[in-house]
Amino acid sequence: MSSHYNLAPARRRAGGGFTLWAGLPKPVLLLAALVSLLILAPFIITLTDAFHGSLAHTMTLLWRPITAKLLLNTICLGAATTLICGLVGTAAAWLVERTDLPGRRLWAILAPLPLAIPAFIASYAWLSINNVFEGATGALLVVSASYYPLVYLPVAAALRNLDPSLEESARTMGATPWQCFYRVTLPQIRPALLGGMLLVVLHVLTEFGAFAMLRFRTFTTAIYAEYTAGFAADQGALLACVLLVLCLLCLVGESLLRGHHSYARVGQGAARAPLRYPLGRSRLPVLAGLVLLCIVTLGVPLGLIGFWLTRHDAAAIATSAMSLSLLWTATAHSLGYGLIAAIATTLIALPIAWLSVRYRHTLVVLMERISYLPRGMPGIVLALALVTLSLTIARPIYQSAALLIIAYAIIFIPLAVVSLHASLLQIQPRLEQSARALGLTPIKVMQRIVLPLAAPGIGAAMALVFLSVTTELTTTLLLIPTGAQTLATQVWASSSTFAFATAAPYAAVLVGISMLASWVLANRFGRSPIDAQ
Amino acid sequence: MYSTLTRLHPHHPGRLALKLVAALLCGLLFCVFSSEAMAANKPTLTLYSGQHQQTIRLLVDAFEKASGVSVKVRHGDGPELANTIIRENKATPADVFITENSPELQHLQERHLLASIDSSTLAQVPAQYSSGKGRWVGVVARENVLTYNPNMVAKSALPASVLDLAAPQWKGKIGIHLTSPDIMPLIRTVALKEGHDKALAWLKGIKRNAKLYQHSSGLVAAVNNGDVAIGISNSYYYYRLREQLGNNKIVSRVYHFANHDPGGLINISGAAVLKYAPHPKAAQQFVAFLVSHKAQQLLAASRIDFEYPLRHGMPANPQLKPLATLSPPKVTVTQLGDDSEALQLLQEAGLL
Repeated sequence: MSSHYNLAPARRRAGGGFTLWAGLPKPVLLLAALVSLLILAPFIITLTDAFHGSLAHTMTLLWRPITAKLLLNTICLGAATTLICGLVGTAAAWLVERTDLPGRRLWAILAPLPLAIPAFIASYAWLSINNVFEGATGALLVVSASYYPLVYLPVAAALRNLDPSLEESARTMGATPWQCFYRVTLPQIRPALLGGMLLVVLHVLTEFGAFAMLRFRTFTTAIYAEYTAGFAADQGALLACVLLVLCLLCLVGESLLRGHHSYARVGQGAARAPLRYPLGRSRLPVLAGLVLLCIVTLGVPLGLIGFWLTRHDAAAIATSAMSLSLLWTATAHSLGYGLIAAIATTLIALPIAWLSVRYRHTLVVLMERISYLPRGMPGIVLALALVTLSLTIARPIYQSAALLIIAYAIIFIPLAVVSLHASLLQIQPRLEQSARALGLTPIKVMQRIVLPLAAPGIGAAMALVFLSVTTELTTTLLLIPTGAQTLATQVWASSSTFAFATAAPYAAVLVGISMLASWVLANRFGRSPIDAQ
Repeated sequence: MYSTLTRLHPHHPGRLALKLVAALLCGLLFCVFSSEAMAANKPTLTLYSGQHQQTIRLLVDAFEKASGVSVKVRHGDGPELANTIIRENKATPADVFITENSPELQHLQERHLLASIDSSTLAQVPAQYSSGKGRWVGVVARENVLTYNPNMVAKSALPASVLDLAAPQWKGKIGIHLTSPDIMPLIRTVALKEGHDKALAWLKGIKRNAKLYQHSSGLVAAVNNGDVAIGISNSYYYYRLREQLGNNKIVSRVYHFANHDPGGLINISGAAVLKYAPHPKAAQQFVAFLVSHKAQQLLAASRIDFEYPLRHGMPANPQLKPLATLSPPKVTVTQLGDDSEALQLLQEAGLL
């Protein structure tokens, strides 16, 4: 334990000693290793489920016609959505940040807001207008409308921080505004744009609720179909493996991108605010376009929830009679699971986040990377793996709330690690060393120095996880204890039988909570809801 | 350094927020989980249900009132829950399993996971609607039908057999939820009557011709809206849509197959007590209730269920064509067996 705070060089070199973990504080390391194992468990289970038979059997299952069909569906929709989100997100960001658009502050609030409406709620709204929104076109419309802020937010941030002098030089040298955008602005925002687009791809790959409601077949809905049709675990697990490969490719792409944004200013002093282009005569069409965008992304989902709140379903359709007590129970479950998961996830993220800030050891780097892996794990795959896990080695927690919380903790640990990492970085190691020198035990140091100083990061981590859990559908659907219901599962149950009015109160409360949590996140912790995605 | 130290100040708003969150958390946890803990003290029956939520709610409410036993329900598709029960094996928390179709129950019976149903319960229902081995009892039944939009296709043009719908002339005109557990018995019946290869050719023809829906509710609505001319589904969904829209507003019509055509198959919704049920006695009591006069009358008279109650002499909802006048294919529940051949055919046809 005494080596624990012997931090003279705050960041140690990797591989100094003769054991793999030399120089690392063992108790913390042990905790972090256990958490890493927990994160890896669903990946391992999915792989063993998929490849437990003979190779020939596996290959026939893998090369069946539906795999190709799903790949085609997923790739086409992914590409189209990404393109639309890239164009719409960049255009909206440029208009808000770089033109004299009237009401810019309002648009800046409205543009990222669709992130607070889960895609399956938006699907519910569109589907309730007419079932023409079923299928590929509807899926493209709904997920593009839901995900374009994933591009808007990073691109807007990049545009805000641009150095105007480059563009000014280009204009002085005779470039037209378009040339200027294409040759000067675009290269500078490219990392943000590509990063956002990759996020969109990752979301399309892992989305389940929206595609299931809109009857569009992708890997996630096919895995669910195999499961509900009663197949043995290996059939769905093989599809899950193909999906996991696609998701992990996205993660690799993203981490490569993160290393490459090198358009920093070299000059001294602060950059001026970037110049704004006058819209001139195109002001009206541009405004009309943005209004249309807001109607599609916000007006339709919110408006239809409002509309259905005033209606009643025929008893034959309604999955449950509307009662305040049911609404309250579902709300309490959503909030309760959200709060417990927020605390649990933040707690198990702490060891990895702390180690990764204090030690640059190979083992620590590895564990930090592992903690980002669940971003590429679709909820449906995780849930099925955890069912297997609890049935084989953890019977007591099978179908219990504990298993659901563990599932949430695994999916959302990346959010917590990122938040904690950022705030732990700001704590000077000298403070911890002085406290140790003055006789505090390591646990007291954690309690009195590290945790209070990291409080903003802990708060942000908890808020992010809370927001994500309350709007989570897929994992909840499969792992929820028998008889319990959350807001999300109630919306799901009712809208799958077209009981739109029955679903409306649940959808309204869910969106209300989500918007409130996003607002708290943005105002109190300075985090945008994109971090929860 | 100064700025970081100020964060330790006791009146920092972060602390207030933390306290608030803690208080809120305690309150909520108490509310949510105290009610569940109270429920855990009473004997609570666990029901795995592949049936419609509103039907089950009606039955469960009536049973709880009559018996004082409370019932927890886990909803899902029948085959999914059957698979879950197989994986749970001896550790299953489920007492009773109720499905919309018989194959899932036959499957569990083959796996020796069902207990014998009390003979007094079995006696309430004609023998052909229950398991030959007495391991599950038929509760209600549904008829497979076509629903059609008369503005798009005339009744006289509709085919005599469901097998004809694979012909090229029906391309783009039919809709079906092919991977539904409701349709699997139909696929199996075609395979029983025509053989595996012909059934596969038929299924491929249907796949080529059909708009594939992911839910039968969506399908019957689509037929009514004119999105597709003909739908293959259980009649349940048609009558439910008619109940919702009203007799005047519904455009689509229902078409019954005759002459023992496979298309007119009757799906049996049954209930079973699990061999490893934690509460076998209450489970038998619940299953007996399902076929009791009271429960079956409740279903027949309700405006939420459009299935044939199977109890001896129980008249069905008057909206339905009387069970005795139907002409289903001659297939017993034992012949129908489980879903394995249907699943294999669906996979061979590239649908799963």
